[in-house]
Amino acid sequence: MSVPEFLLRLSDDRLILGHRLSEWCGHGPILEEDIALANISLDLIGQANLLLELAGKEEGRGRTGDQLAYFREAVEFRNALIMELPRGDFGFTIARQFLVSVFGILHLERLSQSRHGDLAGIAAKALKETRYHARHSADWILKLGDGTAESHRRVQDAIDELWRYTGELFEMDDLERALAGDGLAADRAELREPWRAEVGRVLAAASLKMPADGFMQRGGREGRHTEHLGHLLAEMQIVARSFPGAEW
Amino acid sequence: MSSDAPSPDDPKRTAEFEARIARGDVIEPKDWMPERYRRQLIRMMSQHAHSEIVGMLPEGNWITRAPSLRRKMSLLAKVQDEAGHGLYIYCGTETLGVDRHELLADFLNGKAKYSSIFNYPTLTWADVGVIGWFVDGAAIVNQTMLAKASYGPYARAMVRICREENFHKRQGYESVATLARGTPGQRAMVQDAVNRWWWPSLMMFGPNDKDSPNSAELIRWGVKKKSNDELRQRFVNLTVPQAQAVNLTLPDPDLRYNEATGNWDFGQIDWDEFWAVVKGDGPCNRERMAARRKAHEEGAWVRAAAAAFAAKKRAAAAGAAA
Ligand SMILES: [Fe+2]
Ligand SMILES: [Fe+2]
Ligand SMILES: [Fe+2]
Repeated sequence: MSVPEFLLRLSDDRLILGHRLSEWCGHGPILEEDIALANISLDLIGQANLLLELAGKEEGRGRTGDQLAYFREAVEFRNALIMELPRGDFGFTIARQFLVSVFGILHLERLSQSRHGDLAGIAAKALKETRYHARHSADWILKLGDGTAESHRRVQDAIDELWRYTGELFEMDDLERALAGDGLAADRAELREPWRAEVGRVLAAASLKMPADGFMQRGGREGRHTEHLGHLLAEMQIVARSFPGAEW
Repeated sequence: MSSDAPSPDDPKRTAEFEARIARGDVIEPKDWMPERYRRQLIRMMSQHAHSEIVGMLPEGNWITRAPSLRRKMSLLAKVQDEAGHGLYIYCGTETLGVDRHELLADFLNGKAKYSSIFNYPTLTWADVGVIGWFVDGAAIVNQTMLAKASYGPYARAMVRICREENFHKRQGYESVATLARGTPGQRAMVQDAVNRWWWPSLMMFGPNDKDSPNSAELIRWGVKKKSNDELRQRFVNLTVPQAQAVNLTLPDPDLRYNEATGNWDFGQIDWDEFWAVVKGDGPCNRERMAARRKAHEEGAWVRAAAAAFAAKKRAAAAGAAA
């Protein structure tokens, strides 16, 4: 049972973040960014779709990707809390995308070597996409950090606010330790230092401060979410749940 | 535009220009053109670009509620395409010597118009499919004609955009067909959406020819090749069989095939409604403008940051070169 559970952690991170990004479509600060954020959102939802399908297959109870996306309750979602936080301003969205994408690259580099062939394939594809997400968001971190006093303040505030949600990305538990031992998953804890190095490098170049590690929020992997997730899902799932048995 | 251009009213040059149009020449940005031609194109092209952008809102309203991951992705990709169309047409308009920022300012302060169809609300998921089918379908009828427009950059933009609009229309119709053969609830939802969007879609082609002051001139200058009424009839003729094929009814008791003309005759359009929406009193005019202004205002600090950053980079590069 542990492989589907692990796959849900990966898929839900992407589904929920992709959904948050999709909220920008039509409301971005410039047209080019409407397009870029939609691109990233599409990549993430596409990755989530593949991972959910795979989770359903591994679970062996006949659930499709859509059933997993649209008919689970908030407490059954396994995404990290950082993904579900409201989109905030553009600085917040970019800061989160940057922190998560740098992690994503490191994680996917390892997962693309997984002994689980289907997962490795999805990870390899996702890795290419995630490199673009990291580059795009890092470019904006530089512009906002080194732009105006206001943009500097906004993006620094966002980084500070987000920092206590980053610890969860590196958390290991017995489930993932066992999978990592079998060469199926990766040791997230090992990714912490390379992540700090890359994040620190970009923040320094943008004349932004890296916050000190303090209290870290956690709980998403066990379904203990923020209050935001229920609202997100209420919106996301409303049509699918209003027409039981329907095909779309 | 070059400052040494001769008087735009120069009758000799205007006659030469009209002879070129009559020969079917394509006019390019560097060519001489009457000021009035340039003005009309700026008006038309910028309205078209604004429409692509406002058009993101009604459908964008359903991205977060799309009922399957596949539909969510295709809707997001579609709305993203519309942003691309807007951007592309703004660039095309800039070849006429205006700046995208001026056009945007005219739009945000309400001086410039956009297609009135986007002032109607999207009330159910089925609206997304029906918009793809009707609204993108109507856009294709219009843009297939504009792809032969006398102004090269506009015509080329239309060729490229029409390919994507065709894809949107097919996807919308396929979604409608899925709903139409779905559960009773899905069927009722899609028939209701068809009932709401049919007449506003017919209005997309603009007033009747007799009430369309710009049309004759645009046709004479080869910007438009067909009149509003001709295009509207073509859209009706294409769409009626498509509705029949998926067992949906169009909300017009006067709709019937005319053996003599080969056209589908249709009932009277409510022009009072049309003019009310054009003048700002449609169901969502205020909401659409408010949403665009909000995005623009909330993005001001981002644009300022990007500009300041670019200026610093330029200054640094100049300093290094000095
Ligand atoms: Fe378009
Ligand atoms: Fe269009
Ligand atoms: Fe379209």
